[in-house]
Amino acid sequence: MSILLIVLLPLIASLLPGILSKYVKGIHTGYFVLIVPVIASFYFISLIQSVLSAPIIKHYSWMPSIGLNFDIRLDGLALLFTLLISIIGSLVVFYSIHYLHKDEALGRFYTYLLLFMGAMFGVVTSNNVLSLYLFWELTSISSFLLISFWYHKQKSTDGALKSMLITVFGGLMMLGGLSILIGITGTPVISEIMAQATKIHAHPLFMLAVVLILLAAFTKSAQFPFHIWLPDAMEAPTPVSAYLHSATMVKAGIYLIARFTPLFAVSNVWTYAIVIVGLFTMCFASIKAVNQIDLKGILAFSTVSQLGLIMSLLGIGSLSFKAGHETLYYIAVTAAVFHILNHASFKGALFMLVGIIDHETGTRNIHKLNGLMFIMPITFTLTTLGVLSMAGVPPFNGFISKEMFLESVLLSTEHPMINTIVSSFILTLMFVGSLFTFIYSLKIIKDVFIPNNIKNNSEKKPHEAPVLFLLSPIILICVMLFISVFPDMFRPLLQSATSAIVSNNITLNHIHHFHGVNTPLIVTIAIIVIGSALLYFISKWQNVYQLWPEQLKLNNLYNFALDQSQKLSFEINRRLVYHSIRFSIASIFSTLLIITVYVFLKTDLSIYFESIANIRLYELILILIIVIATIMILKAQSRLFSIIMLSAIGYSIALLFVFFKAPDLALTQLSIETISTALFLMCFYHMPKKYRHAEEKKFKFTNVLIALSTGVIVSLIALVSYSNKHFTSISEYYIKNVYDLAAGKNMVNVILVDFRGFDTLFESSVLAIAGIGIYTLIRLRKTRGEQNEETTR
Amino acid sequence: MNMDIIVIIALMLVSFAMLGILYRVIKGPTLADRVVALDALGISLMAMIALFSVLLNTKYFISIIMLLAVLAFLGTTAFAKFIQKGEIVEYDRNNRTNH
Repeated sequence: MSILLIVLLPLIASLLPGILSKYVKGIHTGYFVLIVPVIASFYFISLIQSVLSAPIIKHYSWMPSIGLNFDIRLDGLALLFTLLISIIGSLVVFYSIHYLHKDEALGRFYTYLLLFMGAMFGVVTSNNVLSLYLFWELTSISSFLLISFWYHKQKSTDGALKSMLITVFGGLMMLGGLSILIGITGTPVISEIMAQATKIHAHPLFMLAVVLILLAAFTKSAQFPFHIWLPDAMEAPTPVSAYLHSATMVKAGIYLIARFTPLFAVSNVWTYAIVIVGLFTMCFASIKAVNQIDLKGILAFSTVSQLGLIMSLLGIGSLSFKAGHETLYYIAVTAAVFHILNHASFKGALFMLVGIIDHETGTRNIHKLNGLMFIMPITFTLTTLGVLSMAGVPPFNGFISKEMFLESVLLSTEHPMINTIVSSFILTLMFVGSLFTFIYSLKIIKDVFIPNNIKNNSEKKPHEAPVLFLLSPIILICVMLFISVFPDMFRPLLQSATSAIVSNNITLNHIHHFHGVNTPLIVTIAIIVIGSALLYFISKWQNVYQLWPEQLKLNNLYNFALDQSQKLSFEINRRLVYHSIRFSIASIFSTLLIITVYVFLKTDLSIYFESIANIRLYELILILIIVIATIMILKAQSRLFSIIMLSAIGYSIALLFVFFKAPDLALTQLSIETISTALFLMCFYHMPKKYRHAEEKKFKFTNVLIALSTGVIVSLIALVSYSNKHFTSISEYYIKNVYDLAAGKNMVNVILVDFRGFDTLFESSVLAIAGIGIYTLIRLRKTRGEQNEETTR
Repeated sequence: MNMDIIVIIALMLVSFAMLGILYRVIKGPTLADRVVALDALGISLMAMIALFSVLLNTKYFISIIMLLAVLAFLGTTAFAKFIQKGEIVEYDRNNRTNH
């Protein structure tokens, strides 16, 4: 089976749910959809052996002229992600069958979900930056659609908008960064870009590319301060939260960082930014998670925090590219990859369990839930297992990767790049982050399941969920337990993925539970002890959260920024667009002036008077008449006077045509001038009496300035273009051939109807259109028969 | 050659006359003054074009003179009617009846 077919299978299949949900009413659409991820899972599992020996590279042409092809590269890292996407995808689809009732818009839901799945496959298997970007944006769009699935809820649409704005911002940054890479290397294929690493490092735009790619990864993976979209995305249906916002999409940024680490790791900005932002996000989000009252809110912040952890591990891993401690930091990358796997398993399960609690009790508010331990024993057991793994308690898999995390951070402080201040900073963040992770994890158990004396006041009478509903989380928890018990089974996969990131074949040591009594173990014990103590006294110190000022919360800043930008654009619009026409015209002319003056200053233009003709006295007098009439128009007190002066100018110009030997022009000009004068008079007659005569023309200095300088500039342009004639005119041809070729003696008319008859044709049509337009304007009025005195505002 | 000088002198004179007429158009205390001045302006334009065709020794401008004569008449009539009745074409577009 072609690998391309599998990658595109969800996208192709996404055409079907709409039809199925409409015509196959008896069976839940989810059962049909389930086939797709299951096929993909089996396919990718069957590929494991071959990928572990060598990455699969395929090329399929799509749009070769712009370099956009399906270049597929399936190495260890990509395989890990495709396995996560397909397997968790299958479980989520199965879970959603029980979560979503048949009355919901199932066709829509599964179409979006399959779109997302296909996009995600595309992101992780792309070996071409253009298709990578394309699929990246498709994940943003499908995520937007899924978050706003219940679009009648205001919070859903708000959350969807927020996630869209932030992730698309990041996506566009990524497009910039990738374009720089294409610009430097001339190829969109990632492996070929990697091959030209030294060329890229020497390029001046390298740093910009680093920053842009970092922004893309941080926004997608909800790193500080772009994490704010993720908690709001919890308005999505729970299967979506479990799939997109814990296991797959939010890891796209992680994937991006991992994928480009070999290229960018030489940059200190890259390493520092990832380590510091990652650790800070981890610490910050875990502290925030403790104060949430919505179960999904806790899990959302927990996801942000765990993503920060993985991110920081990748940052530490990128230290391995610098001289010295190479092998030492491979463990960090391994830990990152391992934690991606672990996090996907327990977080997916936890989200589904929270969904089950929500489904069976009608609320997710931890203040309303209480003592579910004996009512929902299976859910309780599963949740406890997941939560303990999340908290990093031995012997679960979360403990193993957490242990590796602590070890990596401790080791990183020995690196020459990390000085004492930075190292103490990251050690603090690490400890506080892990501590609060422990607290919020166990707080879920304490608040929801352990009975206390507050009465349970959930909205429904709670009861245990059906087994099939519980099947997906059970499978995930079993996988989690399997990883916990036999972590070493996954070593080849991790090794392959790690090798793909550090682009070096490495051999991992055995993954143990127990490394002997060392610093990480002591830190873990300290965390458990202090965390338990803090959790016990949580009601005593939880008020600390109230101290942080409301205005400085990032959500408020986001809302403020959104609000202000809206106001600002409205204001700009009001000032520029809805302002008077005078203003628009003034700005048009000023722009013209600025551009022309700039061109005049930049180019070397000179004015000659050698070829100028003699000026005769009667021409001068005629010009004088025109000038006087023009000035009189400006000075006129009444509109009628202006009209008269305007026609005086028109007639004088006709005379000018006579002087310059253009009888046809003079004829036309005279008739047109007469008609337009008559039209002006008609307009004048229909003006309200009040506005006919008294004309207030305020003297405005800026207007005068703009008018004068426009006049001067246009005269200058005329002079310059007259002085710089470079070619002889083609009129000689017309003079020679007007009679021989066109059988006419009036050259103007022959040009109009013969040499260049097309212009005449279309000018006639212009006149026809104008005539019809005037007719329709006069005749077709909605309020026919009403007195229609125009009022000018 | 002498003819040319005479024509040019005549052209000058008409030009100055036009300047004078323009003064009346601008100053003319009433609208009627201005309209009459405009009429005179049209006539002097005709004279000027005639003189100019003599100078250029061409017959192509004759039609312009004719046209000007018609237009000057029409324009003056239109203005006269406007001064008299306040409108030029008597057509009420709202009721669409002539009166």
